[in-house]
Amino acid sequence: MMDIRFRRRIKTAARRWNNMDMRLKWGILLVIACVYPFLASSQYYVHIMNLAFIYIVLSLGLNIVCGLAGLLDLGFIAFYAVGAYTYAILSIKLGLSFWEILPIACVTTALFGLLVGSAAFRLRGDYFAIVTMGYGEIIRILANNLTFLTNGPIGIIGIPRPNAFGFKFEDPSQYYFLALAFVAVAIFLTYRFQASRIGRALEAIREDEIAAISMGVNLKNFKLISFIIGAMLGGSIGVFFASYATFVSPESFSFMESVMVLAMVVIGGMGTIEGPVIGALILVLLPEALRSVSDYRMLIFGALMVFMMIVMPKGFMGWIKPRRILRTAEEENPLVNRDF
Amino acid sequence: MFLQQLVNGVTLGSVYALIALGYTMVYGILELINFAHGEIFMMGSFFGLLFWWILEMTGLSKIIPIPLAIFLMFVFSMIATAFLGALLEFIAYRPLRSVTNRLIPLISALGASIFLQNFAMLTFGSTNRVYPAIFPDFGWNLFHARISLIQIFIFVTCILMMIGLTLLVNKTKLGRSMRAVSQDYVTASLMGIRVNRIITITFMIGSSLAAAAGVMYGMYYGVAKFDMGYLAGLKAFTAAVLGGIGNIPGAMLGGFCLGIIESFGAGYISSEYKDMFAFLMLLFILLLRPSGLLGQQVPDKV
Repeated sequence: MMDIRFRRRIKTAARRWNNMDMRLKWGILLVIACVYPFLASSQYYVHIMNLAFIYIVLSLGLNIVCGLAGLLDLGFIAFYAVGAYTYAILSIKLGLSFWEILPIACVTTALFGLLVGSAAFRLRGDYFAIVTMGYGEIIRILANNLTFLTNGPIGIIGIPRPNAFGFKFEDPSQYYFLALAFVAVAIFLTYRFQASRIGRALEAIREDEIAAISMGVNLKNFKLISFIIGAMLGGSIGVFFASYATFVSPESFSFMESVMVLAMVVIGGMGTIEGPVIGALILVLLPEALRSVSDYRMLIFGALMVFMMIVMPKGFMGWIKPRRILRTAEEENPLVNRDF
Repeated sequence: MFLQQLVNGVTLGSVYALIALGYTMVYGILELINFAHGEIFMMGSFFGLLFWWILEMTGLSKIIPIPLAIFLMFVFSMIATAFLGALLEFIAYRPLRSVTNRLIPLISALGASIFLQNFAMLTFGSTNRVYPAIFPDFGWNLFHARISLIQIFIFVTCILMMIGLTLLVNKTKLGRSMRAVSQDYVTASLMGIRVNRIITITFMIGSSLAAAAGVMYGMYYGVAKFDMGYLAGLKAFTAAVLGGIGNIPGAMLGGFCLGIIESFGAGYISSEYKDMFAFLMLLFILLLRPSGLLGQQVPDKV
């Protein structure tokens, strides 16, 4: 479908990239990321990149739940909302600082994840997805209606910005390195988590649940841990978002947002770490790139999402390194896709 | 108050039930949550409106008797939407049928729904479109409740369509093929059933039911808007799950339950939270009966 030579060139580059040492690889990316704000011609480009960073952390969080543990969570944005509202309410009503609220928000979202998770894990497959969708909507409706706490649909404005060592974060380029730090910590945590005993157990569960159980893996606890860790990542970046935007309203946490984050994970390539990063970059930057055709922007975006899934159903990472991702049914059983 | 809420709830519930049938039929056959179904419902509503505009522009709306105009509006919208559904299946789902990861078609559906929503916004505008008030505004008072003609019409039409669908699925050759495909499509194809054709037909039937629901919704509330598919689709989906997804009588039951719960919730507790009742209900039912009201417990596949 695509130019063969172009694809081969990408694949060679990808192979070289994959063989590179992991620390070197992320080191190079870190250097590029550090230079970026000095090369960007306006604050606007830095702002877009900050948004992309927020979505990178979100999709890394969802990737732990979805890609690693194989749970389809359609209400992930609720954790992000809980984090954002925790910061907004605590900083305005109690005057706590960013660094005090961050751990509080992490604990709150973890408890919330525990609550939701322990109820929802009684269900399997699609039903789990539906219930998570339900709690996502419930959180949004609560944010809309608990007016005394959340200010309802108007939202909370004038959220204070964070301080660090006497330095106050004001414009996007000052926030940039804070966002980058969040991303770096998220990537580091994801790596550690994936390589840990729990991470390996989760991969076993995802590949074959019944085999994993019979090997003595405690299914429920491990899934719950992954759910909570994902939730904490979502909640912590929610805190960042609230301080960055200085404004939260229920509109930012719609079902569509959950789905967008899911799309980032899937388009990038589930279960990998580079995947969600690439997916988030594509889905944040693509609508910006399409701004010249502003009216048709979302129309093209929707069509491209369908097209991407058809061309690379295993995500971007699956497209450039197919071996590590699960095989499709077609490869296993050539009969399936025959036109009957 | 009680009877009034019940009447409103049943009306709303029958609309949800019709949309839910599309979700359930597609799920029953492909095990795919067709997330673009809400947008199909929205497009159905707009196709009805488009037909009425054509009638008005050509001046035919004054000549044709009202019942015939309404009937034609339904027929036009259902046929157009059926083809839209078939097109959706052909473009967004068929190329992905061999993919084992269930998330992939989901994302594709999502892309399709973003596309359709923006398509509707660009063609029909982003404001509320007024639906023609062609339905005669009769009503009867019954024990302090008002039952209008359109409510009876919606209820009766929905019931007739559901009976029609049940007969189609249970009594005809096509229905038998559909059931066979939903059981096991490789075996069904070996028995000489053209699986792709059956899947397309399923999409067409589901979409045309959603279109009928869309036209009714437009007539009942008097407006159509490009983003109305989202919440209606979500609710209908909830209804399908409530009844046990993949189960046709379940979808109907779920639709009616949801409509009535929502209506009572809005009437007795608070109208701001009315959308929440649907989802809370969903959580409760699924925690008590994980496979829905009429769903069967599926054993683990080893």
